[in-house]
Amino acid sequence: MKVVIIRFPGTNCDRDVYHALELAGGEPEYAWWNQRDLSSFDGIIIPGGFSYGDYLRAGAIAAITPVINGIKDAVKAGKPVLGICNGAQILAEIGLVPGVFTNNSHAKFLCRWTELKVKTTRTPFTSMYSAGDIIRMPIAHAEGRYYNDEIQKLKDQDQVVLAFEGENPNGSMEAITGVCDEDGLVCAVMPHPERASEVILGSDDGLKFFKGMVNY
Amino acid sequence: MKYDAEVKISLKKGMLNPEAAIIQRALALLKYQVENTKTLQIIKFSIEGDSEDIVRQKVDEMCQKLLCNPVIHNYEIGITPED
Repeated sequence: MKVVIIRFPGTNCDRDVYHALELAGGEPEYAWWNQRDLSSFDGIIIPGGFSYGDYLRAGAIAAITPVINGIKDAVKAGKPVLGICNGAQILAEIGLVPGVFTNNSHAKFLCRWTELKVKTTRTPFTSMYSAGDIIRMPIAHAEGRYYNDEIQKLKDQDQVVLAFEGENPNGSMEAITGVCDEDGLVCAVMPHPERASEVILGSDDGLKFFKGMVNY
Repeated sequence: MKYDAEVKISLKKGMLNPEAAIIQRALALLKYQVENTKTLQIIKFSIEGDSEDIVRQKVDEMCQKLLCNPVIHNYEIGITPED
């Protein structure tokens, strides 16, 4: 599977995602924020880091760049799209997933390992897990608190992908830290699966995100 | 005609504002007891337009498309003719 990794000024997890995709058997390539046509790719990942200084709100400015048209076209064509951390904030800003990821409830940038529960396996990215699996992946964000004024609808439509297990470090609604669109093909997660893609990193629990995508 | 535009962005009622909470606690360290602390964002610019109404409509579009996130924000627009 040819997967394009989108880069904005400030993106810094692009090469980690590239490496994880290779480990999973994918064929990654990079594209910049100004590339409008992504039709030659089978899937898209928006990696983490920052974008445009995270001015206004994290992801707000990236959300109006030309590459977003290409991402929307890919969604219409039924291709899988994953946003990680800043990528998740961008997908929420565009409205491709419901809700927002906003300032953590405490005045802290959180950078540490967390335990997470896989809430649904209907997305390509979670298709290789079992519902209820507890996995270890790190978080690294200041704006990760998930907020949605239609939380019941989100749950009824099986759009919760990941939730913190046994804690709620950033004050997210119902400890939710990963959501998907109604079709389950667009997925936004605050934790970093690419930073948990090899045992030498402390966990390879995240590798199945990429394997699931590549095998979709 | 040139106008001065001011967009005042605030969090919707009931939304947690961690920045304001920290400021209020810091004020308390200085022995100032205050309540209901809020922080707002103000964005100002000048803009050319045929009338105040047309300019206001344009600025409202900017708020919807970029300046605010309707899920968590309220906003107020002020338009005044430039001196």
